[in-house]
Amino acid sequence: MLELKNIRWSLPESGKEILKGVSLRAEDGKCTVITGPNGGGKTTLAKIIAGIKKQDGGQVLLDGRPLDGMDVTQRAQAGVGYAFQQPVRFKGLTVRDLMELAAGGALAEDAMCAWLSQVGLCARDYVDREIDASLSGGEIKRIEIATVLARKPRLAVFDEPEAGIDLWSFDSLVQVFQGLARKGEGSILIISHQRRILEIADEILVVSGGVVEHRGTKEEIFPLLFPGETKPAGCACPLERGAQA
Amino acid sequence: MNHVTGKLLDIVAGWMGEPENAAYNIREDGLCAGRRSTANIRIETKADKPGIDIIVAPGTKGETAYIPACVTKSGVDDLVYNDFYIGEGADITIVAGCGVHSEGEEEARHNGIHRFFVGEKARAVYIEKHVGAGEGAGARVINPQTYIEIAAGGQMEIESVQIGGVDRTDRVTQAKLAQDARLLVRERLLTEGEQQAATSFDVEINGPGAGCDLISRSVAKDHSRQDFRSKVYGNAPCTGHSECDAILIGHGAVAAAPELIANHPEAALIHEAAIGKIAGEQLLKLQTLGLTEQQAEEKIVEGFLR
Repeated sequence: MLELKNIRWSLPESGKEILKGVSLRAEDGKCTVITGPNGGGKTTLAKIIAGIKKQDGGQVLLDGRPLDGMDVTQRAQAGVGYAFQQPVRFKGLTVRDLMELAAGGALAEDAMCAWLSQVGLCARDYVDREIDASLSGGEIKRIEIATVLARKPRLAVFDEPEAGIDLWSFDSLVQVFQGLARKGEGSILIISHQRRILEIADEILVVSGGVVEHRGTKEEIFPLLFPGETKPAGCACPLERGAQA
Repeated sequence: MNHVTGKLLDIVAGWMGEPENAAYNIREDGLCAGRRSTANIRIETKADKPGIDIIVAPGTKGETAYIPACVTKSGVDDLVYNDFYIGEGADITIVAGCGVHSEGEEEARHNGIHRFFVGEKARAVYIEKHVGAGEGAGARVINPQTYIEIAAGGQMEIESVQIGGVDRTDRVTQAKLAQDARLLVRERLLTEGEQQAATSFDVEINGPGAGCDLISRSVAKDHSRQDFRSKVYGNAPCTGHSECDAILIGHGAVAAAPELIANHPEAALIHEAAIGKIAGEQLLKLQTLGLTEQQAEEKIVEGFLR
């Protein structure tokens, strides 16, 4: 279980406070989704959990153990998995390299197939591909997600996993997150604006203006995000909703 | 053959003893330490200067010739001229490679001057790995010069790798391409400590439909320095592409001077170059997979130079 206690973070350059005391719990076997307007500090929060950014105040705990003194590597080894919003490209490293680094050892063809097929990629076509500019945005995003799955983390953080993924493979991706949560082997935290991801959430947190503005089940939160709509289309972001109102 | 040669051969040519049914010539400290010709690949000693002629019969398919050279001690300054004649329609692989070992104060040096005459519609794959070894203070120096002429429809692919241990290298590659000929070069270079490497390419694309692709990836560590220079001449309706990517680690320095000379309005020439340290995001991604920063750096370099 992940627990954040009163996380605060300000822009180093201007001192502007982006996170003004965010607290949350992501329970094992549950899918927690954070949504909210752009610039509200969601990605910063994810990076603080992974150790990529350091908070100015507050605590990050995984299974009750504070992660605050740990660097990125130590947190990964402690069970934190993190899928970048904008995956990194590498000249020379192949999909196999990255998947095997993620899994912590050599992967047999059937294991490679199992991980990659979950994100809609055929292992045979992809294992020897370099993770360079030859991969499309959608392909590299799916590989990014697969690397986190292959780590079997205690906590998996996915930052806007929907970005770049086509509609056709989106359903299977949603099923992956659902399956991951149901396994109950760890907790899942997803940052997303996508309604279909919000729909699988056990808990939704709306982070806006640096605080958790709302939290609750989708039955509690959807009326706030989509007032007067039984099945709204489009973006779930409250700001967008405000602009449309 | 001495035991140092044995070790070096294993590194530069994957030598596991005499290859079955393959032509080979092993050069050790300026002398021939073993040779075999086959029905299709003749290896002959040059009459006028040190070196050999490698003559591949037209139509030879799927054969491999091994031509490694080793310098096993300090104070050796080896100069060799090897000429390769690849007959029309042949399709062969040549595994060259050079290992230089120094245990003393004096330099150990190998200067290999290679000429390739690739016949019409022939294809030659040339695999060349360079390595320096030994604890001696004397510098390990490898200066290869490669001159290539590719006839109409011919193709040559060069895989050139130098990963550490060589204190100084000055590599020169020149090529002339006739109609529909192709030249592909993949060069991998790692320098560390105080090592220096200079590499230059001059490619004249003279025939219509011909093309070349030069890809150089290098890593300069510590206080090492590399100079990359390429000149691609498009003298006909042709395509030319060169790419120089370099990673800097520590105080490594790289100078890249690519030049494209289009002498024909239908010549399409492209160059790409990028020099810089490893991107922080790349390190972070591998760290999120549980690698330390040091392990991440090593993995990125290993992949980049593969």
